[in-house]
Amino acid sequence: MTLSRRQFVMQGSVAAAGLVIGVRLSPAVFAQENEKGPKGKVVNPFDAYVHVKPDGKISLIVAKSEMGQGIKTGLAMLLAEEAEVDFNSVSVEQAETRPDIYAHMGTGGSGSTMENFMPLRRAGATVRELMIAAAAQKWNVPAKECEAKKGTVVHEKSSRRATYGELVEAAMRLPLPDPDKVELKDEADFELIGHATPRVDIPSKVNGSAVFGVDVRVPEMLYAVVARCPTFGGKHAHYEATKAKAVPGVKDVFEIPALGRDIFTAGGVVVVADSTWAAMQGREALKITWDNGPAAAESTGTLHSALHSGAGKPGKRIRNDGNVDAVLSNGAKRIEATYEFPFLAHATMEPMNITVHARNGEAEVWAPTQSPDWVQRTVAKVLDLKPEKVVVHTTLLGGGFGRRYIADYPAEGAQIAKVVGKPVQLVWSREDDMTHDFYRPAACHQMKGAVDQNGRPLAWSHTIASTSIAAYWHPESGKPEASEVGGAEQMPYAIPNVRLEYNPVESAVPPLWWRSVEHSFNGFAVECFVDELAAAAGQDPVQFRKSLLVKPANWKAKNDEDPDPARLRAVMELAAEKAGWGTPMPKGKGRGIATYHSFGSYIAEVAEVTVQGNNFKIDRMVAAIDCGQIVNPESVRSQAESAIIYGLSAALKNEITIKNGAVEQTNFDGYDPIRISEAPPIEVHLMNSKDDPGGMGEPALPPAAPAVANAIFAACGQRVRKLPFQLKTA
Amino acid sequence: MSAFHLVINDRTHDVDVSPDTPLLWVLRDKLNMTGTKYGCGMGLCGACTVHLDGEAALSCQTAISSVGSKKITTIEGLSADNSHPVQRAWIAEQVPQCGYCQPGQIMSAAALLAKTPKPTDDQIDSAMGGNLCRCGMYQRIRRAIHRAAGEGA
Repeated sequence: MTLSRRQFVMQGSVAAAGLVIGVRLSPAVFAQENEKGPKGKVVNPFDAYVHVKPDGKISLIVAKSEMGQGIKTGLAMLLAEEAEVDFNSVSVEQAETRPDIYAHMGTGGSGSTMENFMPLRRAGATVRELMIAAAAQKWNVPAKECEAKKGTVVHEKSSRRATYGELVEAAMRLPLPDPDKVELKDEADFELIGHATPRVDIPSKVNGSAVFGVDVRVPEMLYAVVARCPTFGGKHAHYEATKAKAVPGVKDVFEIPALGRDIFTAGGVVVVADSTWAAMQGREALKITWDNGPAAAESTGTLHSALHSGAGKPGKRIRNDGNVDAVLSNGAKRIEATYEFPFLAHATMEPMNITVHARNGEAEVWAPTQSPDWVQRTVAKVLDLKPEKVVVHTTLLGGGFGRRYIADYPAEGAQIAKVVGKPVQLVWSREDDMTHDFYRPAACHQMKGAVDQNGRPLAWSHTIASTSIAAYWHPESGKPEASEVGGAEQMPYAIPNVRLEYNPVESAVPPLWWRSVEHSFNGFAVECFVDELAAAAGQDPVQFRKSLLVKPANWKAKNDEDPDPARLRAVMELAAEKAGWGTPMPKGKGRGIATYHSFGSYIAEVAEVTVQGNNFKIDRMVAAIDCGQIVNPESVRSQAESAIIYGLSAALKNEITIKNGAVEQTNFDGYDPIRISEAPPIEVHLMNSKDDPGGMGEPALPPAAPAVANAIFAACGQRVRKLPFQLKTA
Repeated sequence: MSAFHLVINDRTHDVDVSPDTPLLWVLRDKLNMTGTKYGCGMGLCGACTVHLDGEAALSCQTAISSVGSKKITTIEGLSADNSHPVQRAWIAEQVPQCGYCQPGQIMSAAALLAKTPKPTDDQIDSAMGGNLCRCGMYQRIRRAIHRAAGEGA
């Protein structure tokens, strides 16, 4: 599919033609619009979310990025439910990048549904109320005698009806009601929310018509790749481009500088060509001498020592209940465990890419991004433009997992576009993507615990050492633990003496949020160690956890991250029941459980494994989920399956290792995610919850690996404490 | 540069490219047929899978000079209206998440079903083992293949 600038403008004006104030207008127009338009928090839903044209065509606008989580469907369902429009006949469109209208465009932290559940329902309900008010005024009847259904307002008494298309002009002239006072539907009347709804993006994804970032085609566009120093922080000392320029199709070779703080690009030598292949061939032909810089001595070995040393010494105290030391020196039975976690790459199927056209004081960008407004600001900064002069079109994303939240590749794209002048698509090869990712931190966790003679746990000590995301991205905050301790700090088991400490470890390897962030390792440490405590206490892992998931009568969540013990326990009981917990298993097979809270959702998983010698196979995964009010059960199930497999890829197979300050794995041969024959059957059981919606992009990931590790222990008595798992021969 | 005459989805195309250019990049960058995806460039992920005379082939590993007169089918040629039984099954089972690997998955599945109308799970593992899905939708892929088999793909 070819998307020209002209087509974009035309699509924009078609949308704008029908009295639709517009998210699709050009920057110059929207600046004026903004001066006249609503200010502050009250967003006109006709501007932002529900575009009704006089011919009755309705578009619902989604201001979050679709990366497979089904958000285009879920958020549109919220709008449609309250606006009373026919979901099957609306079109769902991606919002343009308008931070003046959309307060928070970033898609991450499993937050899109949580964040939008009430605001989008209110926006939809506002549209419904205004349509009804417009009809009532037109017919001179009381509004409460009118009803809206499927995009039509009906006045039964007089048998009059009017479509939203007929009413929109009048409706848009009415004053906006206070969004907090619009009437929302009773949940018993929900026709979409809570009902499995086919995803709107799927039809385009089975015939090749879906447009990902790398599929954007603009007239006269060129393609670019960058040769970056393999060693983190290194740069090119010298390059020779004669042969590269001789490759057929190569148009230009030039260098771009590394960009620091908030952007973090490596810089390098750019090859621009008339096809991606020619650009790649040109890059092959470059002769570059690298200046490896100060990180060249770093290796997985040196990091291993630093991480172990960090986990073995006192750190910044995050939590301290009772007196752990006193108990650990007296406890009836003491246990210790050290858990180790490698760096991980996101390895989205679509490698990083961006298309940028910089021209005459403005720019247009096609971005597979989780944060279009960050892309807009960053491209503007690189091109020395005002952000509103940069139009950013968010394409579909071929996977995100946190990697696409940042703006390094957009900054590179802007640097290149500035030189090229024409539209240019920067493509990262798989090798670029694997070796210049921003990685899940590497970590080492040291845990100590004690149980008394009756098997009651007395003490829990947890020291985390990791390469810190916050120390890299926000060094001034003085809080290196910020994205490293979640879930460990909220360790939910009722143990009288609990301590958590944190030590950051320096590394040149750039860190970033990786699906479920720190929960990816803290979930493992907490849920494996509680299993180890259960074994030390001689108790069944489910019974043991049950006895410690106690909800005091006066319990109140301290904050959003504080888990409700009763909900954790309930999902555990459901998963255990559905998995047949307690029924005998043949020799060599075992069941393991983990129950965990993250991103507002509660998920327990039971793994069944078969162990043979030092090999094991996951036979089955059973998940029980309480994610509060569900919007689209189909997406919840699908996200659970996805997060489990993503987590198991890390548990079973994946690690990024460092040699001479560079990543050793370069493609899927060295970093091979789970394939179909290795993927266990997954059963997902949903709880019927009326609590506030929780997230679902990430929370099913943390319990997957510990459930499997605990199952391996049940099957053969071996504790796996290092990821990816490697069993010793019994 | 050399001239090549290609038959893609029953239409002919003439391109002038260097003979070692992979079919993948001819499709994507010369013909703007972007349904076929780049994932690894080394034949490790299957995102670039197309059919050559009905057989699944990795277009990133297929030099344009080796195509000869073989008929090329891409995801765009399976059907534009989603009427192919594999596409129908993929929608019914709501297989894709991000969807980036799915053209390759679908082309591998269609080639499997053309030869083996009722594949076993082992046959599915073997035919689909080259196709990575980072969203982990393998269970749905398996179900969709069985569904398409049941409906006579």
